[in-house]
Amino acid sequence: MKFGVLVFPGSNCDADCFNTIEQIGQPVRYVWHKETSLRGLDCVVVPGGFSFGDYLRCGAIAKQSPIMEEVRRFAAAGRPVIGICNGFQILTEAGLLPGALISNQSLQFVCKNQYLRVSNTRSPFTHLFRNGEVVEMPVAHHDGNYVADPGTLKELEDEGQIVFQYCDAEGRLTPESNPNGSVNNIAGIINRSRNVLGMMPHPDRCADALLGNTVGRKVFEGVLSKVGI
Amino acid sequence: MSDMRSQAISFGLKSEEYDRIVELMGREPNFTELGIYSVMWSEHCSYKSSRAHLGKLPTEGPQVIQGPGENAGVVDIGDGLAVVFKMESHNHPSYIEPYQGAATGVGGILRDVFTMGARPIANLNNLRFGAPDHPKTPYLVNGVVHGIGGYGNCMGVPTVGGDTQFDASYNGNILVNAMTVGLVRADRIFKGTASGVGNPIFYIGSKTGRDGIHGATMASAEFSEETESKRPTVQVGDPFTEKLLLEACLELFETDLVVGIQDMGAAGLTSSSMEMAGRAGSGIRMHLDRVPMREEGMTPYELMLSESQERMLVVVRQGAEDEVKKIFDKWDLDCVAIGEVTETGRAELFWHGEQIADLEVGPLADEAPKYNRPYERPAWLDEVRALDVASLPMPDLDEAFRKVVASPNIASKEWIFRQYDHMVQTNTVQGPGGDAAVVRIKGTSKAVALSSGCNGRYCYLNPRRGAAIAVAETARNVSAVGGRPLAITDCLNFGNPERPEIMWQFVEAIEGIREACDVLETPVVSGNVSLYNETNGVGIYPTPMIGMVGLLDDVEKRTAQGFANDGDVILLIGETLEEIGGSEYLQVVHGRVAGDAPQLNLIREKAVQQFVRDVIQEGQARSAHDVSEGGLAAALAECCITGAEPRGATVRLEGGLRPDVHLFSESQSRYILSVPAIHAKRVLDKAASVGLPASRLGTVGGSRLVIEGMIDIPVAEINHLWRNGFAQVFEQGTHG
Repeated sequence: MKFGVLVFPGSNCDADCFNTIEQIGQPVRYVWHKETSLRGLDCVVVPGGFSFGDYLRCGAIAKQSPIMEEVRRFAAAGRPVIGICNGFQILTEAGLLPGALISNQSLQFVCKNQYLRVSNTRSPFTHLFRNGEVVEMPVAHHDGNYVADPGTLKELEDEGQIVFQYCDAEGRLTPESNPNGSVNNIAGIINRSRNVLGMMPHPDRCADALLGNTVGRKVFEGVLSKVGI
Repeated sequence: MSDMRSQAISFGLKSEEYDRIVELMGREPNFTELGIYSVMWSEHCSYKSSRAHLGKLPTEGPQVIQGPGENAGVVDIGDGLAVVFKMESHNHPSYIEPYQGAATGVGGILRDVFTMGARPIANLNNLRFGAPDHPKTPYLVNGVVHGIGGYGNCMGVPTVGGDTQFDASYNGNILVNAMTVGLVRADRIFKGTASGVGNPIFYIGSKTGRDGIHGATMASAEFSEETESKRPTVQVGDPFTEKLLLEACLELFETDLVVGIQDMGAAGLTSSSMEMAGRAGSGIRMHLDRVPMREEGMTPYELMLSESQERMLVVVRQGAEDEVKKIFDKWDLDCVAIGEVTETGRAELFWHGEQIADLEVGPLADEAPKYNRPYERPAWLDEVRALDVASLPMPDLDEAFRKVVASPNIASKEWIFRQYDHMVQTNTVQGPGGDAAVVRIKGTSKAVALSSGCNGRYCYLNPRRGAAIAVAETARNVSAVGGRPLAITDCLNFGNPERPEIMWQFVEAIEGIREACDVLETPVVSGNVSLYNETNGVGIYPTPMIGMVGLLDDVEKRTAQGFANDGDVILLIGETLEEIGGSEYLQVVHGRVAGDAPQLNLIREKAVQQFVRDVIQEGQARSAHDVSEGGLAAALAECCITGAEPRGATVRLEGGLRPDVHLFSESQSRYILSVPAIHAKRVLDKAASVGLPASRLGTVGGSRLVIEGMIDIPVAEINHLWRNGFAQVFEQGTHG
């Protein structure tokens, strides 16, 4: 399965995603934001970083890049798209995922390991986890505070689109375990068609045994065996 | 006085320095030429007070590929790879405008490293602030931390270490020392040289604005009440453009088009062009009207002196112009040929075809004044060194322990480092908070171990020994994780060198660094001097910051500081003497900075480090922690609470020392190891066989830290004190 990792000016987790995909033994190539074709790719990863410096608003300029038109078509065709951190922000700006990500409640950048609850396993990205499983993944962002209007939230809940939520070690969704103030402790969501994932935590940073945690691989590996989801 | 002479003095030059310029030029300089001379001959760029002494530092060794004199130092790590590193100060700007000052400090040091062809793999920051309760401190802490994070996070370079200390001596002059470590192929190192007559000189990166004009001059003078008015001399950072510049430069380095490259840091276009020509012994011709400008109406003088950030000067091979432009076009960066290399040995500057400056490069770059400033041991030193330990009242030991562990100097700095991305690039095997950071080198079994710091109190009481301790302790930290110390960079922060007592501190500190580097075989490969850290005649503690880089050949053979297993035996390597001079305990509990810095036997230090590395290599140590500020008590507390989960310990301290002294003495060359019980005897015997003092302190386990007859506190409480001691003081300033 061939992966493509988008590169915007200011992307800085592109190499981390690239390495993770290599670690799970899949072919991968970088896709420069000015390219206009995703031909030959089976999964697109929108990596973290500070695309266009996060000036104006996180993801707001990146969504105008030539490649994004193609990403929209790719997603509409039902193919898997993974947006991590800044990638999640870009996907919400591009309208591929609902809601928005605003500044952390603390108004501070936060980088640490964070417990997550896998709240829905019915997606290509989460079916290798157990429902309700508590995992640890790094977060590193200044604007990870997920917001959406009540109607959207209800829909996300009803449709099972909330896939990762910030929690404590026991899986409880407490305010103390919420690193950024996200509504309902939301850390990651999928679109209605279940082929587009956006998440603030970094599965690309926990895919290497030397770093003490390989749980992030499952997000990528899930896409390989999505048949039957 | 001539108009130009008084102008020279307002630019920070001395009258006799002006005389020398006139003599060298054979005429009076014009305004632009004078501006160029004044920044090139500023303390910041010319090291005129320090040069006479810097030459004493050891800079050679089989591991050294590039020593001082280039943009950064380079050290061989095998496998055809090398690490490039340097530390630099951004003290003055960070006090005036903490966010931008700190941010551009990070930006500047990153450029110094990627200019050499290296991809930056780690940042460290060493910060010194005034007293925690000084009204300005929370504001400065917040601004500086946000600035460092704002820049480093955007660049995608992990901030993996450094340290933060507080003392009233920094009330009027904070220190922001930034270090970057980069990785490069040993056969692809680029230098700042402008050679090859006719080769074009390209300006790349951000446009030039009016920010930071005379920043180098500002950084070469004391502060006074007027300092706030110096805000326009502080540069403004644009990390996004720097990220593009980084990627574009690394792409350029993949080609064979580059002859030489240098970033425009302090003194901007002036220092980059003059230094590059100076190193090559060539001349340069530049057309300043071609420089990309941020605003209209800029003058040649402003263009030469601006310290606008994110700019580079590159000399490329003739005929390569189009290829170079293509790379920078891709990244939407300005890339303009502004001149060429000549054979004249002169800097000829033009403005719309008209020559506006004509200077000989040699004297500018190499003949800056060099002062042998008088130095004298300060008269007050004997008084502050006097400390009668017996006369100190014996405190309640549990209470003293709580105070030391919660002191902002000792307490966890997580509040700071969680605002830094310390994981990006996925090489951070051990991040901030340990003795040394461990950053893996992908594609090899290796990792670099990084530690930086300096105890200013020790240096105030005894600059020579304090500086040697800074080298020894950073090396000890590197050894604590299993790394072999390779080389250092330094950032020498001092007060006004025109005062003999400050100059004495400087000269002594150089001696201390020299002694320690000689014995530990860690040459100095790069560095920076920051003088005039002084306000209204009051200087900071002398603070020769040291950045140590070490190597782990096998990243799997490493240790962390936290206790890992109940029942493990706790060992002390080294010995504890009556040494509370300059200690955290003396300051926090008794409110005094007095006595002498702890003794340092460098031969012993080297042996202890070698021993600990051997024990780690052989897989016998479950944890290893250097004993430093706060003494055994703080070190044991940290061992208890920084492992994967908190663990108690029961310990017995034997010997004739006063209990408070035994707990909090800051004797050097000590480690706490925890080893599986079956290995304890073997490790102790091995220590004895190489003549090192080592003793069994106790065992890991339980939910309390018990130091028999002295301390008995639940680990949960220690954890709380240590984790919140810092945030409690500074969280308030978040919105201030």
